[in-house]
Amino acid sequence: MFRTVKELVEFAEKDSISISEVMIRQEMEVKEKTREQLFEEMETNLQVMENAIEDALKGVESVTGLTGGDAVLIQNYMKEKTPLSGNLLMDAVSKAMGTNEVNAAMGTICATPTAGSAGCVPGTLFAVKNQLHPSREQMIRYLFTAGAFGFVVANNSFISGAAGGCQAEVGSAGAMASAAIVEMAGGTPQQSAEAFAMTLKNMLGLVCDPVAGLVEVPCVKRNAGGSSLAIVSADMALAGVTSRIPCDEVIGAMYRIGKQMPSSLRETGEGGLADTPTGRFLKDKLFGITS
Amino acid sequence: MKYNSVFDIIGPVMIGPSSSHTAGAARIGKAARSLFGKEPTWAKIHLYESFSKTYKGHGTDFALAGGLLGFDTDDPRMKDALELAKEQNLKIEFIEDSAAVDHPNTARIIVGNDTESLELVGISIGGGKVEITELNGFELRLSGNHPAILIMHNDRFGAIASVTTILAKYQINIGHMEVNRKDVGKEALMVIEVDQNIDDSILKELDNADHIIQISKIVS
Repeated sequence: MFRTVKELVEFAEKDSISISEVMIRQEMEVKEKTREQLFEEMETNLQVMENAIEDALKGVESVTGLTGGDAVLIQNYMKEKTPLSGNLLMDAVSKAMGTNEVNAAMGTICATPTAGSAGCVPGTLFAVKNQLHPSREQMIRYLFTAGAFGFVVANNSFISGAAGGCQAEVGSAGAMASAAIVEMAGGTPQQSAEAFAMTLKNMLGLVCDPVAGLVEVPCVKRNAGGSSLAIVSADMALAGVTSRIPCDEVIGAMYRIGKQMPSSLRETGEGGLADTPTGRFLKDKLFGITS
Repeated sequence: MKYNSVFDIIGPVMIGPSSSHTAGAARIGKAARSLFGKEPTWAKIHLYESFSKTYKGHGTDFALAGGLLGFDTDDPRMKDALELAKEQNLKIEFIEDSAAVDHPNTARIIVGNDTESLELVGISIGGGKVEITELNGFELRLSGNHPAILIMHNDRFGAIASVTTILAKYQINIGHMEVNRKDVGKEALMVIEVDQNIDDSILKELDNADHIIQISKIVS
């Protein structure tokens, strides 16, 4: 079993296989399942992601009315104008936000690694897809690659906002997406690790401060940040840019930063944006409680 | 290793909005139901830290109720679980508890019917994954990665041997086992993680063994 990103990359290089293949072989061994079973199970998750994006692009609204509809706004903008940051990037942003709009509206999603950060991996996948034209198998492998990196983070650090802040959720999700994009674009396992490190480095210190404790504000838009950073870091890694701080050490830094975060900034809805005049106003309006 | 599968990371498929607060909460509720092993008529649920501050917004309340009704994380009835619980005569009370706990997403569930009750503490560690850390006052560490049998028994010699003999007879391998007691000669708890799900007929045989008080199982 791989415990670190270093080991994960070494396993891949030793047998000249991809990161997704290392993850698939380990899962087959640990869970005593066949390759076909694993692909079938992951296909189900992929289908859920695809359906959520489809729903989002028809337009959804959360029960509170705080979120919903932004994914559609961006798609309309893309039809009328050429986005300054490019079509692929804005498509990813739209689909990442859309997934989280569906989540906020209590629709069905696949947690990657969590529900609050569920937009980054599918959002980037279904945007990059239009340029790289992957097979269905490559799309499923995208999820195994993302999962392999998430697996290391979950076992060495944390993936929940309550434990480590948003850096642990959208930070991990965006970084997982970076690594998967690199593999789909034909990069090396080491380049996946570099991309992962560069995204996570840019997310370090991000707190979890949901308004009224709801997975809506700022969660939906943080997935926009996570998914765009994922694409930028993947491009940087594919260009040959490397992270001066090794991937595993970045994960270690994320853990220590999370440990130093006060509980008010770890998904209690008490600090940060939740504690702004507007944040407090919205909470009072929704729940009728003064805090 | 806290997480041992790629599907802990890419998954679960769930009804939003929060994997820790909704999917994890549902799984803790479901664990309470399956350990209680009967149809509960009431539940008191203490919520701590992040759970207690945000449970309304995250749907932690309906998710716990859904779990107690036996729903999986992606059950479409989840959103209506509080009403469904009422219809099924399951009374649920939520208590925002300010006591200090080790993990920010902690729930203590006391579940019961007219004659019996069971108390457990569950933590939601992220991405929908949960651990059971206490059962009827006994500390334990149950990851849910493997099927498990939990056996309340009297602290007498031979109690453990009678259980392991039955498991051996059916060629069931024990992956992990811990025994915990409140005091010499009093109630004790055996937690046995096994490699495969256990048939109810074997549980019945275990239940009839010497010194056994109560048996429940967790299916992986």
